[in-house]
Amino acid sequence: MGAHDGKFLPRPTPETEIFWLGCRNNQLMIQRCTACGHHQFYPRMLCTECASAQVDWVQASGRGTVKSFTIVRRPVTEAYAAETPYVIALIELDEGPTLMSNVTACDVEKVHIGMPVTVSFEAWSDDITMPLFRPAT
Amino acid sequence: MSSLRGKVAIVGAADTRVGKLPEFSATQLCVDAALRALADAGIGKDQVDGLVTCNSMAEPHMYHAEMIAEYLQIFPRYCMTASAGGGTAFAVLQHAASAIVTGVCDTVVVSMADSLRTGLTREQAMVMQSSAGHQQFETPFGPTVPAFYALIAQAHMAAYGTTPEQLAAVAVACRKHAARNPTAQMREPISVDDVLESRLIADPLHLLDCSLVSDGGSAIVLTSADRAGDFPHDPVYLLGVGEGHGHEHISQARSLTTSAAVDAGRRAYDMAGLQAKDIDVAGIYDCFTPVVLVELEDLGFCEKGEAGAFVADGGLDLDGSLPTNTHGGLMSHCHPGNPGSMYHLTECVAQLRRQAGDRQVADAEVALVHAQGGVMSSHCTLILGREV
Ligand SMILES: [Zn+2]
Repeated sequence: MGAHDGKFLPRPTPETEIFWLGCRNNQLMIQRCTACGHHQFYPRMLCTECASAQVDWVQASGRGTVKSFTIVRRPVTEAYAAETPYVIALIELDEGPTLMSNVTACDVEKVHIGMPVTVSFEAWSDDITMPLFRPAT
Repeated sequence: MSSLRGKVAIVGAADTRVGKLPEFSATQLCVDAALRALADAGIGKDQVDGLVTCNSMAEPHMYHAEMIAEYLQIFPRYCMTASAGGGTAFAVLQHAASAIVTGVCDTVVVSMADSLRTGLTREQAMVMQSSAGHQQFETPFGPTVPAFYALIAQAHMAAYGTTPEQLAAVAVACRKHAARNPTAQMREPISVDDVLESRLIADPLHLLDCSLVSDGGSAIVLTSADRAGDFPHDPVYLLGVGEGHGHEHISQARSLTTSAAVDAGRRAYDMAGLQAKDIDVAGIYDCFTPVVLVELEDLGFCEKGEAGAFVADGGLDLDGSLPTNTHGGLMSHCHPGNPGSMYHLTECVAQLRRQAGDRQVADAEVALVHAQGGVMSSHCTLILGREV
């Protein structure tokens, strides 16, 4: 039994494959529009800003700030019980897009809105590595 | 452009028993609600030519509305299963009203029910509801439904200085109303301290900041305004309706503290030709306490950031400036999932018919009901009145 057995693992699709491959390589990949420069997440077949189909993958800096967060005191399922209480946060990347993640490697009570964080990666299975965030140093 | 204003009326409205009802399936509750609403309207099932339901989590069916029609042995011209989470109940009124006005059908029953309490295990209910999260980019991190809404609460607190006490005041106000409603599931009065001392679920939300988990059903009968005088009770006219859709996943929200309730409300007010100050009684979707604060602000009942003080000062009470959720809301009356907002609607119908007993808002002429589904995602506002 691994520590992440039973968790809701993501099921990558052709559209998101590059993102998950990036995570396995410890790179946070997001999309950038070659027409207008807009960064976006999650991956899409068009730029949500200018509707161009010319969206490319780029490696994000991995830096961001906590836009909002909560400390989950009652896990969603038993598979998440071991790390309870855990932080669910919305992270606004320096490039602009927001994504949901966990803030780990710190006291949950220390997490606050506006806190600078940086990406870290954790393998949850042979195929899936998750992008998590920790306080920026 | 023609408008739906004053063109249709609610002529029947009824709830099933609510709470813990292991003796009924979700399908039975849906049928029971429909039958009660028809009895209230004084008509038989054969007079129904339109049926709208929502799917059930406990007893899902691929073709839900068709299944209910078959169960009832009615053969409608208009049959639709709606799916917009908590916003479902109201949003369908816009569609059902349009169907009536355009002659697609004459008499629509909207019946919604589910058995979240006894039809699912606690874990099943939690997983089912949190599955609204993004399968790849949200759900793996382990968010619960309270956690999704806690993100809203934290953002509101950080932006406007809203306090846990002010959030708690929403739950206290709902419970105060429920104490006057014999059908409510939870009627024992609670204090702000009781809320704050209840177990933390997802900071800053305590157990009593969260709505109930219930079994139950609720239904209305909608028909054209021309025919509305032919029924036993005072008709309740649809004066305004508007929807607003901002996102599906909370991580994609354009703002955490201002929602598409702004758009839904503006569209409904414009159609009705009314403003927030004209509303006598309200039903505001209250799955979690912070939702009420954001909606009160977005619907213009107070300035952005001031809803916490508005509620803490008794604004939602029977003698407050906006008596709200007088049945007790999702917080204290019942919350069977997707059908939840139907009870806000049937309560406002009771208020406008002046049938709300101990909790009647004196001289109520105009009511506003608002619901949202997803995580502050899909919004619908209805404005109802005694007169066109
Ligand atoms: Zn672009």
